[in-house]
Amino acid sequence: MKPWVLSIGLVAGLGWAAAPAQALTVYVSNEKDNSISVIDGDSLEVTATVPVGQRPRGIALSHDGSLLYICASDDDHVEVLDLATMKIIGTLPSGPDPELFILHPSGNPLYVANEDDNLVTVVDVEKGSVLAEVPVGVEPEGMGLSPDGKVLVNTSETTNMAHFIDTDTYEITSNVLVDSRPRFAEFTSDGKQVWVTSEIGGTISVIDSDTREIIHKIEFEIPGVRPEAIQPVGVRVNKAGTLAFVALGPSNRIAVVDAKTFEVKKYLLVGQRVWQLAFSPDESLLFTTNGVSNDISVIDVEKLRVIKSIPVGRFPWGVVAKD
Amino acid sequence: MTRFRLTFLTEAVGILAAAAAVLAAPHLVAAQDVKNVTIAYLSQVVERPPKLSNLDLPPQDEGSQGGVLAIKDNNTTGSFLKQHFELVEESVAADGDPIAAFEALAAQGIRFVILNVPAKTLLQIADLPSARDVLLFNAGAPDDSLRNEDCRANVLHLMPSRAMLSDGLAQYLIKKRWREWFVVVGRRESDRLFAEAIRRSAKRFGGKIVEEKTWDYGPDVRRTAQAEVPAFTQGVDADLILVADEIGEFGEYLVYRTWQPILVVGTQGLSPTSWHRTHEQWGAAQLQSRFEKMTGRRMTPLDYHVWGPIRAIGEAATRTNSTDFDKIVAYLKGPDFELAGFKGQKLTIRPWNGQLRQPILLAAPKALVSVSPQDGFLHEHSLLDTLGYDEQESRCRDYR
Repeated sequence: MKPWVLSIGLVAGLGWAAAPAQALTVYVSNEKDNSISVIDGDSLEVTATVPVGQRPRGIALSHDGSLLYICASDDDHVEVLDLATMKIIGTLPSGPDPELFILHPSGNPLYVANEDDNLVTVVDVEKGSVLAEVPVGVEPEGMGLSPDGKVLVNTSETTNMAHFIDTDTYEITSNVLVDSRPRFAEFTSDGKQVWVTSEIGGTISVIDSDTREIIHKIEFEIPGVRPEAIQPVGVRVNKAGTLAFVALGPSNRIAVVDAKTFEVKKYLLVGQRVWQLAFSPDESLLFTTNGVSNDISVIDVEKLRVIKSIPVGRFPWGVVAKD
Repeated sequence: MTRFRLTFLTEAVGILAAAAAVLAAPHLVAAQDVKNVTIAYLSQVVERPPKLSNLDLPPQDEGSQGGVLAIKDNNTTGSFLKQHFELVEESVAADGDPIAAFEALAAQGIRFVILNVPAKTLLQIADLPSARDVLLFNAGAPDDSLRNEDCRANVLHLMPSRAMLSDGLAQYLIKKRWREWFVVVGRRESDRLFAEAIRRSAKRFGGKIVEEKTWDYGPDVRRTAQAEVPAFTQGVDADLILVADEIGEFGEYLVYRTWQPILVVGTQGLSPTSWHRTHEQWGAAQLQSRFEKMTGRRMTPLDYHVWGPIRAIGEAATRTNSTDFDKIVAYLKGPDFELAGFKGQKLTIRPWNGQLRQPILLAAPKALVSVSPQDGFLHEHSLLDTLGYDEQESRCRDYR
């Protein structure tokens, strides 16, 4: 655990631009405000709000941490934000209505889910060109990539499948049927499993990435919360493969799951309609976007406690953190 | 009688061919391996009485375009499972014979038929010997009798009933503590049935009908409303006017013309509905935008009522990995069926009458005001069962 420096006056005086290179910084896309909120990881305060394109949803860092890629869904392209100057320095073609994407482990290409067009678009981020378009199911959203970058998993919300795509040939090699409205796919760090959340089905399907079979379905039950409100969206598994965190939407809870036994250990109360999650690079903190209460909850991963809520813009959607 | 046969295999192949430079699609299979499901949409254009508000004429292709979009979605999913879906559309004129049209569809071997016809016609069709092995979907009749004493084993209702709509509205009014209602009923049978649903909702949730009046000034008061409406509404002390005017003859003309400044809700003003152009939550924005891109217009409730059954059949075919009629019907009527209907939760079918449980949108013309069930209305099994006829009060005997 990092000791918290809460000298707000000092931090506010320095601002984000003057922050030391290794300082934790969190970026949040605000879907309805067309902006990115920048949060200082020490003070846990918003230090800047940067206007970007329309309906920003999924965001991702370039591998050197210098750029932020932003799905500007209603502008039908990906914007590139230079994190040193906080200026948009360019756009990438993405196909229509980009919602969520994932970057190859080498830093290029970018795999984009085009929600309106039933496509996954593969974009070369250096040349700014489209390498391929892969037809998938209806309303593609979730994007997971194996650690070696060889297998891409896309989930389609209306088709209800996890599509396994070979990133060399762009062929679909398997389609795994999961519960209703799959929203997110996350590979474990050893590449052996893919965790797929089903928002309406209310479950997580843990898929063996070799056999492409569902080896376990995780269900959730929260005393006093009606089952319909339990809607899994974002999921993150820690690098050690021991703990997973699942955002449960309008139940306003994060489920903490033992990633070995698949047992739910705890539910943490966060803001309203929690969707996406990001660890800090050292995995000591987890940040959640709460779309209805317009804030970010900060979870202490060791203590499994919510330590702070940070107000951001309207409908916070995507979140990433870097040192 | 007109007929359109809509097939999307050629289109799907086109899309895949376009991507062929970078793709070898393993799910693109030879046509002969593909199993086919044909779904019919049979509608009778009943003669519409002259509307007071003739500003928003219903689109010619209302309903059928919802079907076209659902077929497209089913075929995208079907391409991964070697399933293909086809829509056959039959449109019968007001003086045409919907029974004969149905018989012709059944004779072709079509076993899924979506009906947009009046309740009486729906019952006639459901009771035909040729309908015994057909699954019918009601997409046009909100009548509660069809969910009660006139329910049938071969009919599913994916659209809400009047009682569900009225309960959805009433919960919100009670939540707002607007308990005293002045009910104004139009001169048609449909208006009387909506008023009946309102009276039932008042009893269930604690609304008080302080006055009920019938509007029988005829169809067109647009020049005289300013004189008529104040007199009609004078002397009634209520929180709001609850209007029952399903075809929109006069309801719009009550607003702003009442004796006292008073809200108008019901079939006009704040209205309960299954679908609305302002609905964007829970992924609905995606469905709205796909529909608008395809048709150049907004999706209407009728489009949604035709979209639903086709998606339900598609979902059953996906989950059972089968295009077999009996398997699909068993799945739809069984405990595992759930529809992702862009309403923020799974939609399931009531096992006692074949009605789809669903939240009800409460919409003003350009704003979504709320979605029912409202917080605080409790139910031992599903909050959605606070809307419409619950199992205990159901008079349906023939569904199971």
